[in-house]
Amino acid sequence: MKILVCLSKTPDTTAKIAFTDNNTRYDENGVTFILNPYDEWYALVRALELVEAGGGTVTIVTVGLAADDTLIRKGLAIGANDAVRINAQPTSAYFTAYQIAQYAQSENYDAIFLGKETIDYNGAEVGAMLAEMLDMPFTSFANHLDMQGGKAIISRDIEGGTEVVEVEGPFVLSAAKGLAEQRIANMRNIMMAKTKPLKVVEPVAVEDTVVAVNFELPPKKTAVKMIDPENMEELVRLLREEAKVI
Amino acid sequence: MVLVFAETQNGKIKKAALEAVSYGHQTAQVLGSSCTALVLGEAEGMAELGKYGASKVYQVNNPQLRDFDSQVYAGVIANAAQQLGASVVIVNHSANGKSLLGRLSVRLQAGAVSGVNTVPTTTNGFRVRKSVFSGKATAEYEIKTAIKVLSLMGNAVQAVQVGEAVEAVALDVAVPTGRTKVLEVKRIEGKTPLPEADKVVSAGRGMKGPENWGIIEELAEVVGAATACSRPVADVHWRPHHEHVGQTGIAVRPNLYIAIGISGAIQHLAGVNNSKTIVVINKDPEAPFFKAADYGVVGDLFEVVPRLTEAFKKHRAAEG
Repeated sequence: MKILVCLSKTPDTTAKIAFTDNNTRYDENGVTFILNPYDEWYALVRALELVEAGGGTVTIVTVGLAADDTLIRKGLAIGANDAVRINAQPTSAYFTAYQIAQYAQSENYDAIFLGKETIDYNGAEVGAMLAEMLDMPFTSFANHLDMQGGKAIISRDIEGGTEVVEVEGPFVLSAAKGLAEQRIANMRNIMMAKTKPLKVVEPVAVEDTVVAVNFELPPKKTAVKMIDPENMEELVRLLREEAKVI
Repeated sequence: MVLVFAETQNGKIKKAALEAVSYGHQTAQVLGSSCTALVLGEAEGMAELGKYGASKVYQVNNPQLRDFDSQVYAGVIANAAQQLGASVVIVNHSANGKSLLGRLSVRLQAGAVSGVNTVPTTTNGFRVRKSVFSGKATAEYEIKTAIKVLSLMGNAVQAVQVGEAVEAVALDVAVPTGRTKVLEVKRIEGKTPLPEADKVVSAGRGMKGPENWGIIEELAEVVGAATACSRPVADVHWRPHHEHVGQTGIAVRPNLYIAIGISGAIQHLAGVNNSKTIVVINKDPEAPFFKAADYGVVGDLFEVVPRLTEAFKKHRAAEG
């Protein structure tokens, strides 16, 4: 199989959340970036497993600037064959999907994998957009995938359960927990990744249809109200009369 | 006109669909427009959507729509939106709704914002808000296209009855063919799915072992809550993985989240930050979860939880 895996960067889970440019942009100053866990742990690793079992190639694609090459090399160290970086700062889900679709449309991939969402903007939009732009089926929140005679059998998370689907032909998949197990690159693979091909392509002009106009931190949480462990009637009373949630 | 895709499950209108129609109605009021609901496939109780603010209810019924395929569903919704002249299209921020939003955005050349939690404002362009960074910040977006598509976060608005039932009318639109076939649906019947739950009782390593979960289930039953757990507990198989709440598990947004014997690691908080009220019960007064809590109880959970269950029972009896 010829598989394309979309990798996005996100701030580390513990990163400070602050905004700049009159609160219209995330302040990246001093922030450590990681590969989005859903992209790295599940989408990339399942793609590698399929290729290891049945042959083929795994290519990474990232929309980002040169500073992101370190993270792309990490993906290569985990096992991808080569990588493509579309040389632009991603400004919206639509922008990102559009750039990847422009690149992928002439490359005849059998499958395109990405994580179910990024852990920063929690949008979950790129996969469906990409599938629509490339006129491919899209299975979201995949927790299991087997290839059987050219067809993909995919189990996906739905509210309160799972759904098993069969997909024919090239497809887009978004990965959830369970699809694969996280892999840690060893030193040899990290060294080898330094010489793997990383192609840089220029973006295609496209206008953003959605712009962030303001980011806000939530109002400071009022201090926790401690309740006497002997007096749970008081807790129930507060939940009813003060919080009004029961 | 505001078009709302009303999700169904097992031939019934979902609770989330009522929220979406309520939201669609409120959005239509802001725009000085009307709200129309769209049902795909067979469903009972479509007329009820009128009560929640849909002035028209349309149904597209076709054997192709029996199972969900984002390619087919998005095609039909987009065709209906164009035929009916919708300026805003609303879906739920659910497993299926998330698979539709991006497709609708591309098909309708419409700007999309996912997981919105407030009614749009129009004084300064068409603006909506959502929670980002796992609940650690709020973002406001402006959509600049003529048509807008939104997915509505669960439990963000209340489903409110505002009108009368409206008889559903068949709508004739082209139904494209898809390449996805549903083979099987496995659902835990009779329980509220965690992402939709209004109340959640969640427990962690402080429980000491899976055999002790009886007190959690009893409390959940009395509160009317779904049960959940922390990652370490799911990892050692004390509880099933579909109960795992957190960064890599399920993100919940209930009105009430009761955390029992969970220390409150940042990865767990990422899954619960959008809860309205958080109660933390832990024997360690230094547990980081207390910083994120509204109400805290320091004590032995094996004593506190049964006491809380009794208090809820009394409250319920008093309410009749």
